[in-house]
Formats: sequence, C-alpha cells, structure tokens
Amino acid sequence: MVETSTATADVTLESVVKRFDDTVAVDGISLEVPHGAFFALLGPSGCGKTTTLRMIGGFEEPTEGRIMLGDEDVVGLPPYKRDVNTVFQSYALFPHMTIAENVSFGLERRKVARSELKGRVREILELVGLGQFGSRKPRQLSGGQQQRVALARALVNHPRVLLLDEPLGALDLKLRKQMQLELKRIQHEVGITFVHVTHDQEEAMTMADTIAVMNRGRIEQLGPPQDLYEQPGTAFVAGFLGVSNLLPGVIEGPNAVRLDDGTIVSAHVSGRSGAVAVGVRPEKIAIGPAGDPAIGAARGSNVLAGTVSETAYIGVATEVVVETQLGVVHVFAQNIDSGRTIPPPRSSVTLTWSPESTFVVDRDDSAD
Amino acid sequence: MRVKHHLLTTYAMLVIGYLMLPIAVVILFSFNEPEGRFNYVWQGFTFDNWANWDAPIGLRESMITSLEIGVLSTVVATILGTMIALAIVRHHFRGRASSNVLVFLPMSTPEIVLGASLLALFIQQTGIFVIGFWTIFIAHVMFIVSYIVVTVKARLIGFDRHLEEAAADLGADELTTFRKVTFPLIAPAMLAASLLGFALSIDDFVITYFVAGGEQTFPVYVWGIARVATPPQVNVVASAIFLVAIAVALGNVLWQYRSSRRQRGAA
Ligand SMILES: Nc1ncnc2c1ncn2[C@@H]1O[C@H](COP(=O)(O)OP(=O)(O)OP(=O)(O)O)[C@@H](O)[C@H]1O
Ligand SMILES: [Mg+2]
Repeated sequence: MVETSTATADVTLESVVKRFDDTVAVDGISLEVPHGAFFALLGPSGCGKTTTLRMIGGFEEPTEGRIMLGDEDVVGLPPYKRDVNTVFQSYALFPHMTIAENVSFGLERRKVARSELKGRVREILELVGLGQFGSRKPRQLSGGQQQRVALARALVNHPRVLLLDEPLGALDLKLRKQMQLELKRIQHEVGITFVHVTHDQEEAMTMADTIAVMNRGRIEQLGPPQDLYEQPGTAFVAGFLGVSNLLPGVIEGPNAVRLDDGTIVSAHVSGRSGAVAVGVRPEKIAIGPAGDPAIGAARGSNVLAGTVSETAYIGVATEVVVETQLGVVHVFAQNIDSGRTIPPPRSSVTLTWSPESTFVVDRDDSAD
Repeated sequence: MRVKHHLLTTYAMLVIGYLMLPIAVVILFSFNEPEGRFNYVWQGFTFDNWANWDAPIGLRESMITSLEIGVLSTVVATILGTMIALAIVRHHFRGRASSNVLVFLPMSTPEIVLGASLLALFIQQTGIFVIGFWTIFIAHVMFIVSYIVVTVKARLIGFDRHLEEAAADLGADELTTFRKVTFPLIAPAMLAASLLGFALSIDDFVITYFVAGGEQTFPVYVWGIARVATPPQVNVVASAIFLVAIAVALGNVLWQYRSSRRQRGAA
C-alpha cells in the first residue's frame, strides 16, 4: 500500500512546538507520514503524543511550526475543515443517537445523498463486523463493539488521514491483541493513512510500519520497528522497546569499546567518542559454562564472564540473570532441549554475542 | 423485624399525611358552599365554585397575568441561563470565577431584600421602568436564571467534552455541533430547570409584591382580597394548579421510566 517517496506526504510536521502556559508539551517535532502508512507515535505518559495528535486534528493550535496535510498548511483551520478524522480514546459516541446515526453523522455534514449514505453506512458497519447493530444505542454495546463503531464513524468519511489516540487502551488484553490485528487488516483494506498513538511498545511494533519514539516532547528516533529494536539510537529507545542490557564503557577505536571492567568488545561506534553504553538484547546472547572452548571467542564474538544468580523458565525461553562485574545481564536462552542445558544458579558462565547484535548509545544521563 | 417494618410504614404514612393535610383542606374547601364572605367553615358540598371559577372580579385577570409572566420569564431566563452556563463551563474569560459565585446570589439572598432593592432601583429609574407587568417580568427572569444556570451547568460538566470535539471532527461547525449534540444532551436539564422556574414564578409573592405596582398576579390578588373576603374560587384555582403540577410530575416519572426501559430492553 505504501506509495513511492516521490508523492507528497499525507502529514508533515515542521518544527512544531506546543506550550501550555509554562509546560512545553511538544518541543520541536518534525516528521513526515507517507500516504498509506501505519504510523505510530510511541512514548511514555506525558511525552506529548496526544498533544501532537490534537494539533493534527485541529483541536489545539501549535505555538510554533507548520502542519501540512498534503500540500495544504492547516494551521488555523478548525477541525471541521480538515480532511482528517479521529478515533477518541473515550470513543465519544453520541449517546442520544443510534449506531447508524452515529456513523452517518459525518456523511450528513458532507451532504452525501440519502441513498448513497445508507449503503456506505451498512458497508462500513459490515467491515467492522457490526452489520446488525445499526439500530442500537451506544450504551447497548460492549466496549470492544463501541470501539469498532468509533472506528467505523471515522472511516466512513474516507479521510486523508485517520488519527487514533490509544484506541485500544480501554480494552482487556485479549481483546486488545485481537483488535490490533483487526485494525491492521482494516487499514490494508481501506488504504487510508493511520497515525496511531500508544504507550504500548508491543502494540506499536505489531501494527505500525513506522514508529516515532517520543520522549519529553521530542522524537528520540524514527524508523521501522525492526531498526528501532535492532539498532536503537539512544539509551531511552533501547530501554523503551523491549529489554536491553547496557554495559558502560569508553570508545577505544573505530570499531571497539573498552568496557569498564577492561574487556574489549567490537561494535559499530558510528562516530561516537568518550563514555558510552554498549547494548545487547537478551535473546542475542549465548550462554555456556565458563571455559567451554566451543563457546569461547568463536570468530570474534564479544565475550563476558559472570555468575548465574537466577533462572526462570518462562516457556518460550528461560530467562537467566547473570551477575557480571559490569552489573546484571539478562539472557533469554532458547529452550531447544526443554531447557536442560541451562546453567544452574551459582555456576560460572561465559556470555558471547556477535558484533552485529551490538549497539552503542550515549550513556543515559537522563535516566527516567 | 416485622414490627420495625410496620413502625417504619406507619411513620412514613404519618409524614405523608402531615404534608398532604393542608393540600387536602384546600381541595376540600374548593367544594364548600360558604355562607358569608369567608370560606373558613364547612357548610355544604357544591360544584358551583368549579363551574364559576372566575366569578370573583379580578381573579381571571390575575391568573392570566401570572401565566403570561410565568411563561415569558421562564423562556427568556432559560435562554439567558443556558448561554451563561455554556460560557462559564466552556470558555475561559476574565471574571469566570466571580460570575460562578454571583449566579448563586439571587438564590441565597432573602427575597424580601431582593424585592425591596429592586423596587428602589426601578423607582430611581422611572424614566426607563414603569412599575407593573414588565418590572415583575424582569424580577422573575432574575431569580429563575440562577436555577437554570446551576442545573444546566451541572449537566454540561457531566458530559464528555470529547463529544463536541467528535462532532467538529466529523465536519460539524459550531452551530451544527450545538444543534445536533450539545442541545439534545442538555435539553432534559433545561426542561427540568424551566419547569422549576415556572413553578417559582407562578408562586412568587414577596418580590412580586414589591415591584408589582398596580399589576396583580394570582398570589398578589389572593393577598389583596384576603382582607375583605376569601372566595372559594381561590381554592379552586389553587387546587387546579396543584393538579397540573401532579400531572407534570407523574408524566415526568413515566417518561423517564419508559425511556430507561427502552434503553435497557431493546436488543
Ligand atoms: N490543556 C493542557 N493544559 C496544560 N497542560 C497540558 C494540556 N494538555 C497537555 N498538557 C501537558 O502537556 C504534556 C503532554 O501531554 P499529552 O496529553 O500530550 O501527553 P501524552 O503523551 O498523550 O500522555 P498519555 O500517554 O498519558 O496520554 C503533559 O505534561 C501535560 O500535562
Ligand atoms: Mg494521551
């Protein structure tokens, strides 16, 4: 569905700043959402996700910067003149109208002919699996069904962009998982650009093709989920997306870092110098008994010694907590043989991982 | 347990009896056939008072005046009060906090003080105000507005702000949003408040008496005539007002019951 990059982006933010009195909610954000993308704004509570979305929708005006929908600068335009629709976290279904009336609200404002309107409402309710619920009132539906109505009410207008503010936040875990896939299916089917706000990294990774990780009103890193996970650019991103081990060290050469215990590891330093943190994901680490020559320094792997302090069998893997001189390192060992070869607690082990799985970030001085 | 239950029932009946007794007497004496000019002693049963309810001179006119003022001031106060409530809840403006408090003043100030000060105001401005129908109207709008503002404000605060944003998001301008979303949601509160306001207007004596001049509303008429006579027709009108109030209250209960059943039932 994603068009070539020559087309103008559906949404463009240029150095957008939003201040409320003395709080800076959004602190200079620039981004482009290409047509047909499933774009996620991911970040912790209070980082400015909702504010960013509300500025695109027209409910807040930016203090500085430009917001473009296609080629049009929309700053100053009221929401009803913007070709975007929003799915609110609280759903905001009109309680005094039936489901069908809710869904046709936007079409009526656009003066769509009665005959066409009926068909489109039925079609979209069918798409979200609520074909026979048109005559009910919102309070007669479950949370998940209300969520679908909110989605249908926005989608039926074929907006240029659909904005979703934590649309699954109020659902229980199982329903949320189901709706994540459902949303993705619907997006493929209608081909509309989605901008999705969430603080759930798993949700963002499941659904989005591009994620912007936000922190304190800024974008920390922007890219496909895989890039963010494999090569996080900052300690914050490394910690926010999944689990990662960060080991303190100092740049030693073009492709080497001296860890604080003296061990040299190889990694892409990408032009950094001075004090850094070396990161590796727990599932990238191989674990074996100390001194095992098979595990040793096989083909230039990075190596670290430690002692097992805890193991936990969690089904898909066994989590091993290893004490090293640089602190605790988490390892997810594959249970290829029912987990029988996992070293027991208090045994000395050697950890190895490949340089490709190693990333380098600035030391986290702004720990959260 | 049983004894306690019976005691409670008896107690409730006694309280209801205490509340209803004066009204029962009013209704009963609307069927009295008094001998003199005062309708205080039971003489005999008749329907004449109801058939000739407007026999006493001035009664019909005072009732019409009361209804006119009640309807007019309620309609005007409902519109004004709703706009004030919208402004207080939806917009941040200088003096928002103080208008929040000021709106309560007419409700909490003794009526006699309000009436006296209003009269003083109207008399000083005789170039503008002619004491009579319109000064009563102004006074009634003033005290009804408070009830409207307080009730509608509570409703506005109670409903999801995102509803109006959702309407705008779906292409409705400010006026359409109000017509299609805000108004239908606050209408029940507006109706309840205006019914109360209308009842207060029909009932008001103290303030009205100060600013009425030569004009007579029903309560002012009753007060005036009570010194020389108490025609049973006064009881007839009072009973009729009571019956209408009961009918409205019952209708309201029935309507709420039906709509809550419709919401729960249809599936
Ligand atoms: N109307 C407002 N007035 C003042 N401050 C505001 C307003 N709206 C948001 N803020 C502040 O701006 C910051 C960002 O808020 P925002 O709602 O965008 O966060 P968020 O990323 O959506 O968080 P959450 O995940 O909790 O919804 C917060 O510090 C918040 O307190
Ligand atoms: Mg938010």
